Amino acid sequence: MKVNLAKADLTEMYARMSRIRAFENAAMDMHAKGEIMGALHTSHGQEGEIVGACMALNRDDYMVGNHRSHGHPIGKGAALRGLMAELLGKSTGVCGGKGGSMHLADFSVGSLGETSIVGSGIPVAAGAALGARMQGLDRVSLCFFGDGATSEGAFHEGVNMAAVWHLPVIFLCENNGYGITTSLSSVTLVTDIAKKAAAYGIPGVIVDGQDVLAVHDAVQTAVQRARRGEGPTLVEAKTYRYEEHAANMGRDFGYRAETEIAEWRKRDPLRLFRERLSGDFGFSEDELAATEKAALAAVDDAVAFARRSPAPFAQSAFTDVFA
Amino acid sequence: MAEKTYLEAIRDALFEEMGRDPAVFIMGEDARCNFFGTTSGIIEAYGLERILDCPIAEAGITGVAAGAAMVGMRPVVDFTIAPFLYPAMDQICSIVAKSRYLYGGQAKVPLVLRANMIYGNGGAAQHSDRPYPMFMSMPGLKIMVPSNPYDMKGLLKTAIRDDDPVMSFEDANLWSMKSEIPDADYAIPFGQAAIKRTGNDCTVVAIGAMVTLAMEAAALMEAEGVSVEVIDPRTLVPLDMPTILESVAKTGRLVLVDVAWERCSAADHISAVVSEEGFWDLRAPIMKVCTENTHIPFNTAVERQLYPSCDRIVAAIRKTLA
Repeated sequence: MKVNLAKADLTEMYARMSRIRAFENAAMDMHAKGEIMGALHTSHGQEGEIVGACMALNRDDYMVGNHRSHGHPIGKGAALRGLMAELLGKSTGVCGGKGGSMHLADFSVGSLGETSIVGSGIPVAAGAALGARMQGLDRVSLCFFGDGATSEGAFHEGVNMAAVWHLPVIFLCENNGYGITTSLSSVTLVTDIAKKAAAYGIPGVIVDGQDVLAVHDAVQTAVQRARRGEGPTLVEAKTYRYEEHAANMGRDFGYRAETEIAEWRKRDPLRLFRERLSGDFGFSEDELAATEKAALAAVDDAVAFARRSPAPFAQSAFTDVFA
Repeated sequence: MAEKTYLEAIRDALFEEMGRDPAVFIMGEDARCNFFGTTSGIIEAYGLERILDCPIAEAGITGVAAGAAMVGMRPVVDFTIAPFLYPAMDQICSIVAKSRYLYGGQAKVPLVLRANMIYGNGGAAQHSDRPYPMFMSMPGLKIMVPSNPYDMKGLLKTAIRDDDPVMSFEDANLWSMKSEIPDADYAIPFGQAAIKRTGNDCTVVAIGAMVTLAMEAAALMEAEGVSVEVIDPRTLVPLDMPTILESVAKTGRLVLVDVAWERCSAADHISAVVSEEGFWDLRAPIMKVCTENTHIPFNTAVERQLYPSCDRIVAAIRKTLA
């Protein structure tokens, strides 16, 4: 695989991955202390596929995601302050404190919303692509969903409609092997999700989700195809989440072995990319450390901003129901 | 002025709005074939790009429409018949109704979901539903139930221009009904009830096609010297309660006619609000004339007894006067 990325792009990739990791580390701490309410689904271990996919898009391309919601907008380039403030339910949050951890959205970077009903974003992403095409805009739509979502009817309906209308969509299945505690192999006989693409007459590609550059390459190919008007691609990133389905669930549910988690941690996407940046692309230790430090500083700043931000007014419960 | 049917009113609203705004387009199963006659001339005028024949995938269609709406389009989805809304419930309730709220006002979901209510002619239990009250309890959805061609056209235009999702419940028993329709463009604002006839002795609030029955009942009562006021709410969300309460304050009596099932009907909701806010104006208990709480059987003779009728409305009015 030939890497056609400029150094600045590689730096930005590593920066976004580092920001996701630092953001979610901070969020888990605050969630454990009760500072963040509700469920907190983290993407530790999945940062490579998220950033690899998002970096193949332009800022004005669209993106729809799911309940494991933090990584996607960060990967798409959203500023951290509004995202962290949203996790704390503050008025300065991207959703004004109405959405929370599962429903981040930043329309200014094409992030059209993370939706927490599994699979429900798939037709929406297809619709955004349809709208862009009807308006004559050269925009593609990237849809993140988990392996569990492929058992939903919405997956079949949304992918089929995008396929038959040749819509510019990239369906990015984050196959982490489990829907909460249920293994993929216990809910489908076709555990290579990409094979399901054949049912819709579109390309299906399996990619190593721990390798950000491999994901970027696969998604870039899919984006080019979409921009040529040739329709959607189903990209399956084989990946893994280190944490439980939601953070701080409090016990071991016994559905996966510690050794399995340890094996995947050996192929941590940040570590793998760091090794490549220094080994293959000549990044110095100082450059890498500076990127990591900047990510931590940006998260610290976002946390401080979120903490000092005011809570929403009680009356805000009634706004945004209608225009 | 020209006389138009209810179906022609739908067609004209769609046709004119598509001409006015290039963001408006139609999606649906069998949309292009002009199944019920609401898309005459649309392909010729606007091309196939703006009227999409969809797979039989109601959830997919609704989600695709929502996504298109979020990026600036104004889809009008033809659901063929109201029970086809059920496979799309997740998209309607979790995406369409909630996206503006969930994302703190960043999302705008301007779409129209049109559902025909075809009942009374042997459609049996799965094809005869009148389910608008179910959607009244979900915040974020506007609901219109037009009772005549003039309102149909004016309300549908408002729905298409509205920045919020609107569900249009269209009674197929009105398809051939005719109204005088102005040649000039007009739109009817949501949340404004129509007083169909004024009266002093009893208020009848009737929804959709029930307005025609209520007017017949009012005419019969007039012959007996009873003066009935008939109100058509036109939209159920938003609902013009001030007009209803004002009428009840005058007449002291209220009959609600709703072709939805009685339990948790729109009639139930209006009854509850009047009980709370207009109780001291009432001179008799509120009466409801709704569809009986059972499934719709295939045999039409057995079916038709379940719906509100002129006789049942007259009996209810008499009861408030007893």
